[in-house]
Amino acid sequence: MLNFRDPDQKPLVLLNNAGVRRGGRWLVRGVEFSISRGEIVTLIGPNGSGKSTTAKAAIGVLKPDEGWVERKPGLRVGYVPQKLAIDWTLPLTVERLMTLTGPLKGREIEEALHSTGIAHLARAEVQHLSGGEFQRALLARAIARKPDLLVLDEPVQGVDFSGEIALYDLIKSIRNQTGCGILLISHDLHVVMAETDTVICLNGHVCCRGTPQVVSQSPEYLKLFGSRAAKTLAVYSHDHDHTHLPDGRVLHADGSITEHCHPDDGHHHGAHAEHGHADHDHADHVHDPDCGCGHQSRLQGLGNKETRRV
Amino acid sequence: MFDDFFTRALVAGIGLAITVGPLGCFVIWRRMAYFGDTMAHSALLGVALSLLFNLNLMLSVFIVAAVVSLLLLLLQKRGALSTDALLGILSHSALSIGLVMVAFMTWVRIDLVGFLFGDILAVSEADIDLVWGGGILVLFAIVYLWRPLLASTVNPELAEAEGLQPERARLYFMLLMALVIAIAMKIVGILLITSLLIIPAATARRFATSPEIMAVLASVIGALAVTGGLFGSLHFDTPSGPSIVVAAMGLFVLSLLPFGRKGEIETAIHSTHGGHH
Ligand SMILES: [Zn+2]
Ligand SMILES: [Zn+2]
Ligand SMILES: [Zn+2]
Repeated sequence: MLNFRDPDQKPLVLLNNAGVRRGGRWLVRGVEFSISRGEIVTLIGPNGSGKSTTAKAAIGVLKPDEGWVERKPGLRVGYVPQKLAIDWTLPLTVERLMTLTGPLKGREIEEALHSTGIAHLARAEVQHLSGGEFQRALLARAIARKPDLLVLDEPVQGVDFSGEIALYDLIKSIRNQTGCGILLISHDLHVVMAETDTVICLNGHVCCRGTPQVVSQSPEYLKLFGSRAAKTLAVYSHDHDHTHLPDGRVLHADGSITEHCHPDDGHHHGAHAEHGHADHDHADHVHDPDCGCGHQSRLQGLGNKETRRV
Repeated sequence: MFDDFFTRALVAGIGLAITVGPLGCFVIWRRMAYFGDTMAHSALLGVALSLLFNLNLMLSVFIVAAVVSLLLLLLQKRGALSTDALLGILSHSALSIGLVMVAFMTWVRIDLVGFLFGDILAVSEADIDLVWGGGILVLFAIVYLWRPLLASTVNPELAEAEGLQPERARLYFMLLMALVIAIAMKIVGILLITSLLIIPAATARRFATSPEIMAVLASVIGALAVTGGLFGSLHFDTPSGPSIVVAAMGLFVLSLLPFGRKGEIETAIHSTHGGHH
């Protein structure tokens, strides 16, 4: 295992109790995490849970309305946004896309296109690319800048299962080669990239956090995913001590219902967001199908994977 | 130097076309034609104010267009400005307020048609200096702002995340638009400035393989349209602005004709995608 982490070094980015408010509503609150060199952090959560908002706050596109975000001075970011529609009136080849935000040497462009496997598309117009090719072009653009921090907002959207595995393998090799930190956003609540160091589960706040379970040793997952995918993917088990009700309120384990949920709102035993405490009492974990918690729907989720693969 | 009125018009018109080419590209890439139209129509308000307070004409048009564009930006940022309808309302309101104000000022006689549609006879040597001086300034600014402007056209958040300042670039872009409107008013007229911005750029799209080539081509095509339009205007005694727009439109239609080029593009697409299908 490669070790890029240096305990004496400050993290690339650090969020402390960060919250972003828009139109009188908190999009996300109380987010805390850090990303160091070589570390992969995956943000998961349902649609509208504040994943993109959190990522944008981390890289400084959005200013937090509470708490603070600290970035290493001179931090070089490579960003792959979630939605990127390039107007057809703009003539833009893959090659030209590479130098969109800063100049690069011809060799750097070539290397990035080679490592993402789209060197043959250098002169193609971006509007003519397929979904997967375009994602690779965006990824190539982001890594060609040799960033300290790579931020990928749902990089596997619109990509089929084998394409997803290939992209995750590529992201892993980028991390291994460059040692950059990676912030990955995924809407898949249960299956994450195996190399992920920390999973942050969001739903307007941090619901739970932890490390994914590597599944490559488990024969049943091997059967479900296939051996290559089982090395790339891992399963994340949620650990929630509260439930999100359909109306947006939060049902706590002690039976109380509140408008918002904070670690220190008095309804949580122990540290709200910490995962995997030995003394964690699972009996008070309230499940429902929308809670985003993996305990109930994991198998169903895996079933979906299976059908996607076929 | 240019003692013939027609030579003056030609020199000023070509200078203007070269200036607006790259700006026009950004207007179509950013889908801002309506926005530009609203700014241009507010120019008549500037004309009225300059007459009312006896100010320099171009300066007051520039200031009014700049203020209107900043107000539009502000409205847009607050999410209040979401529909074409609202821009359409503002665009024609600005024009109408200008027209009403001018009508109220019975003590001045102004050539309204000249302001609305352009007037080649009115181009003086001082105007030529302004067009070329202002044009060179605009072009230098565009070259300087090129990367942040282009990157934020593709995605403002991407530009900001990677250390460019899209907000600032956009602000400067608006000021450049206001400057171009002030310069262009005399030659193509308030109603047709947007056409001179977008038609040559749209024509250039077909032949361009990069944003930079498209910007240069838009300038060249605009200069051709101005030349053709002014000759037509002289020959048929038509107003200069509409004649230039008709010539630009003619070039655009010509660019749509399939003469070999389309086949080339399709072959290129097939060869780049061939390996995948
Ligand atoms: Zn929660
Ligand atoms: Zn969770
Ligand atoms: Zn709570």
